[in-house]
Formats: sequence, C-alpha cells, structure tokens
Amino acid sequence: MLDALQGAFHDGLGYLAISYCLAAIGLNVQFGYAGLLNFGQAAFLSIGGYMMGAAIATGGWPTLAAMALAIGCSVVLALILGIPTLRLRADYLAIVTIAVAEVLRLTFGTSFRKYFHGKDGVTGFTDGFRSLNPFDYEGTVLTFSANDMWILIVGWIVVALTLVLVWLLMRSPWGRLLRAIREDEVAVRSLGKNAYSYKMQALILGGVIGCFGGFIGALGQASVQADLFNLDFAFIAFTMLILGGAGRVLSPVVGAVIFWAALSFIGSILTDLSAQSGISSFMDANQASNVRLMLVGLTLMLLMIFRPQGIFGDRKEIALDAR
Amino acid sequence: MLLQSPARVRPSEPTVRTWTAACTAWAARAFAGLIAVFAVVTIAAGPSYAADDDRVVQGTLLNTAKDNEPVPGVTIKVTSSDGGSYTSKSTADGKFRIVVPAKDTGNLTVQLVKSTLPDGVDLRAGSSDTRKPTGSLTNVVVSFPIGADQRQVETKLDQVPQSIYNGLLFGIVLSLGALGLSMVFGTTGLTNFAHGELVTFGAIMTYLANRVWGLPIALSILFAVVLSAAFGWLNDSGLWRPLRRRGTGLIAMMIVSIGLQFLLRNIYQYFTGGRSLTYRQYVTPEPHTIGFIDYTYRDLILVAISLLVLVAVTLALQYTRLGRATRAVADNPALAASTGINVNRVISTVWIVGTALAGLGGAFLGFSQSVTYQLGAQVLLLIFAATCVGGLGSIWGAMLGSVIIGLFVELSTLVIPSQLKYAGAMVLLIVVLLVRPQGLLGRSQRVG
Amino acid sequence: MPAETPTATTRISADDARKALVGLATEPGVSKPDPIVVVDGVRRTFGGLTAVDVDHVEIQRGVITALIGPNGAGKTTFFNLLTGFDQPDQGDWSFNGTSLKGVGAFKVARMGMVRTFQLTKVLSKLSVLENMRLGSTGQLGERFWAGPLKFLWRGQEETNTERARDLLARFKLDKKEHDYAGSLSGGQRKLLEMARALMVSPELVMLDEPMAGVNPALKQSLLGHVKSLREEGMTVLFVEHDMDMVRDISDWVIVMAQGQVIAEGPPDSIMSDQRVVDAYLGAHHDTDISELEEVVVVGREGSSGDAADESAVPRKDGPA
Repeated sequence: MLDALQGAFHDGLGYLAISYCLAAIGLNVQFGYAGLLNFGQAAFLSIGGYMMGAAIATGGWPTLAAMALAIGCSVVLALILGIPTLRLRADYLAIVTIAVAEVLRLTFGTSFRKYFHGKDGVTGFTDGFRSLNPFDYEGTVLTFSANDMWILIVGWIVVALTLVLVWLLMRSPWGRLLRAIREDEVAVRSLGKNAYSYKMQALILGGVIGCFGGFIGALGQASVQADLFNLDFAFIAFTMLILGGAGRVLSPVVGAVIFWAALSFIGSILTDLSAQSGISSFMDANQASNVRLMLVGLTLMLLMIFRPQGIFGDRKEIALDAR
Repeated sequence: MLLQSPARVRPSEPTVRTWTAACTAWAARAFAGLIAVFAVVTIAAGPSYAADDDRVVQGTLLNTAKDNEPVPGVTIKVTSSDGGSYTSKSTADGKFRIVVPAKDTGNLTVQLVKSTLPDGVDLRAGSSDTRKPTGSLTNVVVSFPIGADQRQVETKLDQVPQSIYNGLLFGIVLSLGALGLSMVFGTTGLTNFAHGELVTFGAIMTYLANRVWGLPIALSILFAVVLSAAFGWLNDSGLWRPLRRRGTGLIAMMIVSIGLQFLLRNIYQYFTGGRSLTYRQYVTPEPHTIGFIDYTYRDLILVAISLLVLVAVTLALQYTRLGRATRAVADNPALAASTGINVNRVISTVWIVGTALAGLGGAFLGFSQSVTYQLGAQVLLLIFAATCVGGLGSIWGAMLGSVIIGLFVELSTLVIPSQLKYAGAMVLLIVVLLVRPQGLLGRSQRVG
Repeated sequence: MPAETPTATTRISADDARKALVGLATEPGVSKPDPIVVVDGVRRTFGGLTAVDVDHVEIQRGVITALIGPNGAGKTTFFNLLTGFDQPDQGDWSFNGTSLKGVGAFKVARMGMVRTFQLTKVLSKLSVLENMRLGSTGQLGERFWAGPLKFLWRGQEETNTERARDLLARFKLDKKEHDYAGSLSGGQRKLLEMARALMVSPELVMLDEPMAGVNPALKQSLLGHVKSLREEGMTVLFVEHDMDMVRDISDWVIVMAQGQVIAEGPPDSIMSDQRVVDAYLGAHHDTDISELEEVVVVGREGSSGDAADESAVPRKDGPA
C-alpha cells in the first residue's frame, strides 16, 4: 500500500504527468475555450519529441534551435489540421485530427529511418539539456533522481508559465471572442469578427503547448517512440481535461495530476492483487493493466453522462449541448 | 510504455552509460568502414594468382528465345592488357574455349563479336558485348545472355489486377461496417466511435464459437451475427436511448462513445491477451489462379454473402415499411414522429441491424486480418474514411466509399511501403474533406 | 424631386430622405434617389427550387424600409445573401457603391452593414455587458499577441464599456448588465441583440422579424427604438409579418413572393395593391382555400428556407 502511494506520488509529479498536463492545457485552449474537438493532440507531442530529438541526435543541432524547429513544425501541423476542417462540423474535425495523428504515428514509426529510427525511436538528445542540471546527487530525493528532479523543476515551471499565459489570454477580449465562437460562431461573424482565424489561432496555440509537452516527455524519458504518443494518449488527455472541467484555467492541471496519480495507484493495487494466489487465476499482470484502462473508459463515460463540467467547471458554461 | 504497469521508482538512464554506448556505436561504424575501404582497395589493385598456369576463358552460348538452342559459329575475342589477343569460335553446341598462355598476365577483356551472330539472333536487350572478368581463377567462365528474357519477373503493372481484387474484397467487407455506421448516424446523428468495437465483437464471437466451442464455421458466424444483433439492441436500450431521453447533446454522446470504445477494447484484450487468433477452418484456403489474380473460393463466398446482405438491406430500406420509416426518421425525426412512426422502435431496429452488419463484417475480416482486440480500432478509421468519402448518412455512399477506400489501400501498396497503406487512406480522407466535404454522394448542403 | 447625392460618409437627415421618396413610381425595381444598397439579378436556387430571383431592387438611404411577403417568399434567404451568410448562384449587389459579391459575412458586417436574426443570437453563456463589449470592432485586445498585455487594450475596453452602458441604458437593460444573457426573456434578448448591433454605429441595420414572439407591451418600446435609429441617420431594412408595425413606421415597403419582388411603394399604396392583397394579406380569408387560384406558397425550402436559420437542429445540418 505504501509502495502504491509512493508510486502515485512519484508518477503524479513526474515528467509523464507534466506532459499530460501540458497536453491537457493545450486541449483546454482548443476544446474548453474554442470548442474545437482535437483528438490528435498526441500528434503535437509526437512532433515536439521527434523533431527536437532528431534534430539534436542526427543533425547535431543545439537544444534551443531544435526546439524552435519543433515548434515551427507544430504550427505547420496545426495549419494542416485546421485548413480543411475548421469550416466544417465538429465531428469532421474529430475524425480528421485522429486521421492525421495516425498518419504521423505511422510515418514516424516506419519512414525516414535515418532520422526517426523506426520502432526503436530516437535517443541521445538529452545532453544539452542535462548539462544545465544544477543537481548533482546520487540516489534519490523524494523518490526522484537528479535527472528526474531537473526535468521536474523545469517542467513544472513551464506548466506554471503556460497557465499564466492562458489565464491572461482568457481574461482578454481575445479569450472572450473565443468563448463566443464556441457558443455561436454565426453570431460572432455577424458582429464583424473573422471566426475562422480565431479558431485557427486557438488550434495553433493549443498545439504549441502540446509540443512543449512533447519536449518534457521526451527529455524526461530520454527517448521518443512513435507508440508513446498514440490515440490512447489523446483520449486519456481528453478524460483528464473533462475531469478537471473544460474551460477553466487550472482544471487541466488538476485533472491530469489527479487522474494520473489515481491511475498509477489503482494500477499498483491491481498488479499486487494479480500476484495474490486467489486472484491470479483470473487476472494476471497484463490483464490488470487492461482493467486499469477499462476504468479510464468507464470514467470518461460516467463523467460525460453525469458531470460533464468536471470538478471545477460550471454546468451553465459547458457548451457541449450547443452542437 | 504508456500501457505498462507503472513502476515504483523509475531510475532514469545514467548519462555515462549513454555516452559509452554512443562511443561504441561510433567506433563500430568506423571500424566497419575501414574494413570496407580495405576490401575495395584490395580488389581494385587487381587479382593475384599462380603465375604458372595458363588461363582458360570459356562459356556456352544458348539462345533462350529458341528454347535454349546453342548458337554456333560466333567469334569470341579475348584481349589482354599486356597486348595479347586471342580469338576463337563457338562450336556446334555453343561452347567456346580460349586459352591465354601463362606468360600473359594482363587483365582480360572478353568480347563477343556481334557481327558474327547468326541472323535473327541477338544479345539480350540491355546486355553488353564485352566482359571484363575479375578474380584470380585460372578457369574464367563468361556468359553472354542471348535471346529474350524468359524469367517471370513480376512488374508493378502485373500486380495491379491482384491489388484491385484484394481491394474490392476488402472494400466490400468493409462496407458492412460502414453501412451500419451510416445508418446509425443518419437516424440519430451520433458519430459512434465505438463502432469498431462492434466489428471486433463479431470476430471474437465467431472465434469463440468456432475454436473454443468447436462449432462449424458457418454456424459460428451465424451465432456471431445473432449475438451482435442482440448487443446492438443492448447498446441502444441500455445506453443511447436513456441518453437521448436526457437530452444529452451529440458531442457529449460522441465523447461517451469514445469512452465506450476504450472500455470494450480493454475488455476484449482482457480475454484474448495480445494474441492473434484464428478460426479453425478455412484460414488458409487453397488459392486458384486466373490470369494475374490469385483467388480462393472462400473469399468469393464471403464477397457473395456480403453483396447479398448489402443488397437485401438496401432493398429493405427502399421498399419495406420499416425501411421507409427509417428513411423518414433519418430525414426529420420530429416530423416522422408526428405521422405516427414509433421513432424509438425504428432507431432500435437500426441499431440491431447496424450492429449485426458490423458483426458480420468482423466475422469475415477475421479470416484475412486474424482476430485481435485491435481489429476494430484498425478498421474504424478506414470506416470513417469510407463514410466521409462516400457521404456521411448516405447508404450508397457508405458502400461506394468503402470500395474506394479498399481499392486505394491495396493499390497504394504498389507505390508506398505496406506499413503506410492505412496512412494513404487517411490522406485520401483529408483530401476529400478539403475538396468536397459532403463526400461523393452526400447532398451539397452546408456541412458546417 | 431629386435629392442631392451625398457622399458616402455624410448622412442625410431622415426628413430629407423621406421627402426623396415622394413621387417615386411604385413599381418593383424602381430606382431610388440615393440608394445605399443596389441589387442586380441575384438568383439563389436549392436543388430545383428557386428561393430568390430578384431582378433589381434598391434600398434608399436614411429611411425605414419594410420587406414583407408570405412564408417561403425568400426574405430570410435574401437577407442571408446580402449579408454574406449565403452565396447566390449569380448576380451582384453593392453597398455604398462597393460590390459585395463573394465578400464573407464578417467583412460585410465590418463595412457597416449589420443584421440581426429571427431566432436571437445572444451569447447566453456570456454576461449582458460582455455581449455588448463583443459587439464593438477594432479591438486591439482581440489580437492574440496583445491579449496578455492588458495595458495595451485597457483604454479601449473602458471606452467600449462606457458606450455599452449608454446603449444598455437606452434599451433599459442596464440593471441586467452582469446577468448571463441566457437568463433574459425572449423580448429582452431582442433588445440586447439590437443594442449589440448598434455598438459599431452601423450605416445599415437589417432586422429579421424583430417583433416575432414579442409581447405587445414590448412591441411599442421596440418600435420606438427602431424609429430612433432612423433619427440618428441609420438606414433600416426589416422583415416583418406584423402589418400594424409596417404601416406604423416604414417609409417604404418591398413585397416579395416566390423569390421575386412583386411590388414596391409607400405603405398605403402597398396595402391596397391587389397583387399584394392576393399573395399575402388574405383578402379571400373567408373563401375555401382550395378555391383560391393563387395559393400562398408554403415553405418548401426546408432547412434552408425562410423559416430556418443558421442554428438549425445540429444533426440536420449537413447531408442526410
């Protein structure tokens, strides 16, 4: 039990949780505020991790330049996603974002092997980042090693800065316009605003934030594989966002941390259970993992049915019934 | 990495080990390169051989255009870099043999004098008349290909008919799933992301009946279809109808369907593990060939059944009362209700039929794709692509779109690596949405 | 009596504008002395049905023009076409001399041609004041890069808020400024939508059935507001079925039926025009409808016809 709690603590604050946080924050901008159903958020994280990693590992670029390249690619991806679909209905955007994410996943996993190394993924790009690490201790402090601690600090600072940016934006006329578009795009157009452009801006912003999530995830794990940021990742990020409450600044972070920690905790419990003699006859460790993910699916369903505003959201503000 | 059980304390890679690995890799590459360079230099430097022996240049000239008939009387000329020149003619059985004395140690060039070839006999197109043999052997065998190439080289073009056949097969079976999705969308407006799992359901139930319980395959498929129909009814009455009654919005329902997809997929994986399962019968049927196409009786039967079912459903929608009621509900549920149609009963029927179709599709796909928990997820995107290309909500569109997607997926493997074949379908989807968002057969109204 | 042709930026007074209409021939497509909108040969078909087929019509500047006609006549479609919410199959129209063909809806609004909707489109999840603030154009704070930097747009926001409060007070909605717009009654929403449309001081205000669903008491108040728009120099074009309102405040009436303009003129002459009476006013109201030669066209345009608007039931939006 203590192990499980410790694990939950470690995972809840670790780099993977941070990358989920950033993915959820980006998703919040796109879906929570602008009403865009982006199920391809994983693609932005993929691009972040792969482009940065490949540029450093294969191209020898300095870390910051590689990150800039990745950000540029994210913007291009957002444009590719947005141009065909932002004029269409919500479910078309959902389908296309999933399709593009899958294309990207397949491409990263099998093509351009010189840069992306197929199924093995990209490694060997963390040197520049780690050379800046002020921590230099052996073993672990609070369950985190020196490298872990560094990515943690950097990661949570990035989360905080992103939250501040989102907060400032949403209080501004830009944010107001976005929320108006989410509710009724036609009304906004009749007031002389170019709704299409604003939706695109939201898509790009959310994508770039996701890209940062990819950075953190890749640097923390010191590798990037195509299957890391897959469709399941996108759906889990979505569940986290809904849990926290779409459309509120802090909620994606709260949702992500709680959800990921809970998932970790439950996973540990289940794995332990599966080792017990009585249970192991009908549930082994792999199946325990399946039960864990079944709970994810169930949570999403129950949330949407009974409490779509999540923890912090305002029921009146949830624009999910609009279209 | 995401789907593993979470570790407790997860130590990250020590920097030193990474660096050492990188160094070793670099060193290995460098070493290999060095060897390669050495080898090339050695070979280019020229052969070293026992200087005491005469060298013999020999070979056989056979005309493949005339069933490997020997070609006599052709002059073969050997010149040496030392200046020596030796000629000979091929004998009645096409053989030639030229001796280069031991004292001539130069590099050899062997030439077939084309003007001495008999009329109507030519070197193979693209072959040179000169050979420069390398190596240190005293017995130098040289070959000059004569006559047309009889080897059965399969060009890309030859593969097209097979790809078309495969594509049609896949597309027709896919359209079973696409039709179900389209019908549900048309009558309720729901984009059901869990539809792929209904397909998997059919495959798994067939496997269960066939391999685990030992029923014959036809009965197993029937069993799977009946069970799928029941599952469809359960979906609607247990989940979707209560949600509709509550007034849940379409987007919320779509997200619920995503959660359901997650749930079902993991339930399937719970029971089947990551294994690829196959039925007991007809998994590797005997292929027959016609022209460039390999086919099997099994596939033909599957396609025939699929077509029959598709036609039956389409006719039912067109001509039966229930079918007309379904179309009325798809057009305008409020209006349909006001004319006395029991909308809930119609929607329930649509779910039953749609899920049964999906289950049948899954059972059929299980032959060629093998039954895994991921079967549905893999085809879901293709089904979406098919319905979008054909036109969301259009019955004919679903079928046309499926065939197009099936053909596209198979034909694209001729030009792109086969792992990316689904990616090609995705790109097609995006292009269609750009150019004609209502799909091929959708009505040209606003889709946004 | 031809009026002077003012430049696009000056507004002639309401009186002068009305005087200019006196003596004009009352035939469809008649030229106006100072048109703000000129429409030429605009056609819109859906499938086989012609929704709009207008040869020529001009809207006079500075007066209140009513657009009437039976259901399915194409009035809302015409509105949609003029304001860029829909594209015609052919034809051209201009606003202040600038062609609007192919111009998107938001650009049309920015040029000073603003519309409201049959089913009000207030943003119910924003407060009343926020709705108003949304209405003003040229906000620097709406730019992405300027958003986080509050000092850049604070001044503009304050000016907008003041103007918003003025308008709200005028429309008697000031007490509700912090309430969610969704909590307003139907009539109050109409007022809010009208107030919001005025935030940009438009030149032409197009109201789509402003009296629909409004209780009689509120109607008078709305009428007064519409008249005051004219006093401020704005041009008003509105679609209505309420003949009392039409008679009361409009200076000119255009009648559409089956997509075409069948009559034009001052309200009194329209009311007595036999074509209009037959097509619309139901002079044969005590005759069995099956005996009428000209049956009023019932909206067959379906989801894109007169009675629908952009916020149709979600799942019927799109191909089915």
